[in-house]
Amino acid sequence: MADAAKMQITDEVAIQITGMNKWYGQFHVLRDINMTVNRGERIVICGPSGSGKSTLIRCINRLEEHQQGQIIVDGTELTNDLKNIDKVRSEVGMVFQHFNLFPHLTILENCTLAPIWVRKVPKKEAEETAMHFLRKVKIPEQAHKYPGQLSGGQQQRVAIARSLCMKPRIMLFDEPTSALDPEMIKEVLDTMIQLAEEGMTMLCVTHEMGFAQAVANRVIFMDQGQIVEQNEPREFFNNPQSDRTKLFLSQILGH
Amino acid sequence: MSDTHALTVTFVRDTMLPPAPPPVGERGAVKWMRENLFSTPLNIALTVVGLLAVYALVTAALPWWLNSVWNAGSLSECRQIVAASAGEGATGACWAMIRERWHQFLFGFYPPSQYWRPVLALGLLAAALAPVLFAGQKRNLTIVLGSVAVYLLVTLYLAATPAGAFALSIAVILGMIGLAQVQPGRLLWFTLLYPALCFWLLWGGSIWSPVVVMAGFALLYGVFRLASPVIGLAPGAAAGILVAVLWWLYLDIPTARALQQALPFGLQSVNSDQFGGFLLAIVIGVTGITFSLPIGILLALGRQSDMLIVKTLSVGFIEFIRGVPLITLLFTASLLLQYFLPPGTTFDIILRVIILVTFFAAAYLAEVIRGGLAALPRGQYEAADALGLDYWRAQRLIILPQALKVSIPAIVSTFIGLFKDTTLVAFVGLMDPLKGVTQIVRADINWKGIYWEPYIFVGAIFFIICFGMSRYSMYLEQKLKTDHR
Repeated sequence: MADAAKMQITDEVAIQITGMNKWYGQFHVLRDINMTVNRGERIVICGPSGSGKSTLIRCINRLEEHQQGQIIVDGTELTNDLKNIDKVRSEVGMVFQHFNLFPHLTILENCTLAPIWVRKVPKKEAEETAMHFLRKVKIPEQAHKYPGQLSGGQQQRVAIARSLCMKPRIMLFDEPTSALDPEMIKEVLDTMIQLAEEGMTMLCVTHEMGFAQAVANRVIFMDQGQIVEQNEPREFFNNPQSDRTKLFLSQILGH
Repeated sequence: MSDTHALTVTFVRDTMLPPAPPPVGERGAVKWMRENLFSTPLNIALTVVGLLAVYALVTAALPWWLNSVWNAGSLSECRQIVAASAGEGATGACWAMIRERWHQFLFGFYPPSQYWRPVLALGLLAAALAPVLFAGQKRNLTIVLGSVAVYLLVTLYLAATPAGAFALSIAVILGMIGLAQVQPGRLLWFTLLYPALCFWLLWGGSIWSPVVVMAGFALLYGVFRLASPVIGLAPGAAAGILVAVLWWLYLDIPTARALQQALPFGLQSVNSDQFGGFLLAIVIGVTGITFSLPIGILLALGRQSDMLIVKTLSVGFIEFIRGVPLITLLFTASLLLQYFLPPGTTFDIILRVIILVTFFAAAYLAEVIRGGLAALPRGQYEAADALGLDYWRAQRLIILPQALKVSIPAIVSTFIGLFKDTTLVAFVGLMDPLKGVTQIVRADINWKGIYWEPYIFVGAIFFIICFGMSRYSMYLEQKLKTDHR
């Protein structure tokens, strides 16, 4: 169990989404999304596939564009203004389902690239920071290997370290364990739990309900592009309100 | 029945068998021949036919090679020597022609007293390419630069180079070898200066013309550096380009002339129509290769752009250039371009041909690189975006290194194709090594009727250069291989 005392949730708003809608062509993927994330919150978003949960968090760093409504991240509204988008992206870390490490660069170079080129950190300092975070995800000895030489779980931990090297204030996780073997899932989840204990604001799309129960302070259930239910984890799992949630939980926890 | 007992069911091995060599039919040459040459009746038949074909070829061609004549003044003399040594009716190659005319194959009608200039330019070309081809590899760099030094010592001596130029070239190359040991990255400055140096060495004239042209680039960069912090990157670049273009249009020629009057220094001018042979092929090929790659990359990115005008222009350019035969473009270069330019402008024919060959190769490269870009998973773009890299940084640091790596074989194929296509300039009256020079040689009364020798000679040189490019591409692929699949 995570140490709840350390996980301080503040009143400061980190992400504010109001009346957000998104379409893919004719298809209405996200419908009237309203949510507020305070600094220090750890939110797990779950739901059946195609429910728009990945699209939602990808809107937060503008990998996807929304057509209606407002998204404010750290006081910056996401519009077509490229400067704002790059500013938000450098403050928001993202971890992908398929890791998306850069295969032509070593682990260390993967971690130092963005700090050097975006934050203009001197190379030496960037390398020190990178080694610090690689130690934290427990793979400093792999620093000079290439991503192709690492296991999936190790690659995902590098991906987390790579995001952390930008010193982000918010971390987004898009199904970080879905492409991993069961034994590797644990090493990645441990890293994420550790991050949560340090007070990182996290939004996590995942089917790992154990993780949700351990560290989340709020669980959001989505279906058909809408937020169907949100609650603190104990209530959410023990006493789901909507029928759709009950069905989903029975399927996901049933075996 | 050594270690098993016939009537018992349980069995325990008490002695381990040592490994034995396989039977004769299963190893070495016998096995290889069985598997590859005589595995089926059809294979046996094909092997026999193949051996007969090889035999027929060798018996037909071998005497011709063996009876080669190197010392003769004409083709008929060659034939007499062959007849005298190998008997009446024997065939023999007449390499004496190459011995007498090799300089035309290499330099065309370049003035013989100035041969040291192209020779030096070629050596320095290798020195300029080395820092690009072997970036950061001290050992390979030193090997290449050392070979260039040896090459220059020998060839410059043979070409009767003026003492000053000889000493200066050797000093430059030794300096580069020294620099390669300390700061190999700095060698790229030589690569940047090389185009102007090469132009001046080959065409001659006042040294101030290339210097003043390069000053335009320096001006561009200076204005960009000064203006961009104030007015932003794109306007800064535009201002730099504007200033540079104004410099080239209005101040370039007067400045060069004034400098030449004040400090006259230069080489004997050589006209473009004196260029020929491999000098011409390499000048066109290397310039085309150098400039087509960046243009091709920009076109490929342009084709993927979200901006409608950029995309339409890129697609239009690529499709138009690819849809037209190169010879058409060369005719355009030699004939039509004159009509579009203001009367009285002399726009060098080699330069015009280079521009169109470059465009032609760039259009092909653009499609090759687009293939490489398409091969990248979307996740790479997303990861670059998510880290806050802007478009150009993402392209330069993440996307292009991977896309270009995937496309290396196809890119090098395009380069090899471009280099061989330089022989097509024969159609616009330039003296390419294959048709142009050979025709001149065969028009000589002494060598009339010679047929195989010039083509074999030219073909062999083309093969060496193209094979070199191909081997380099394989080396590069191996070096850049990081996926460990």
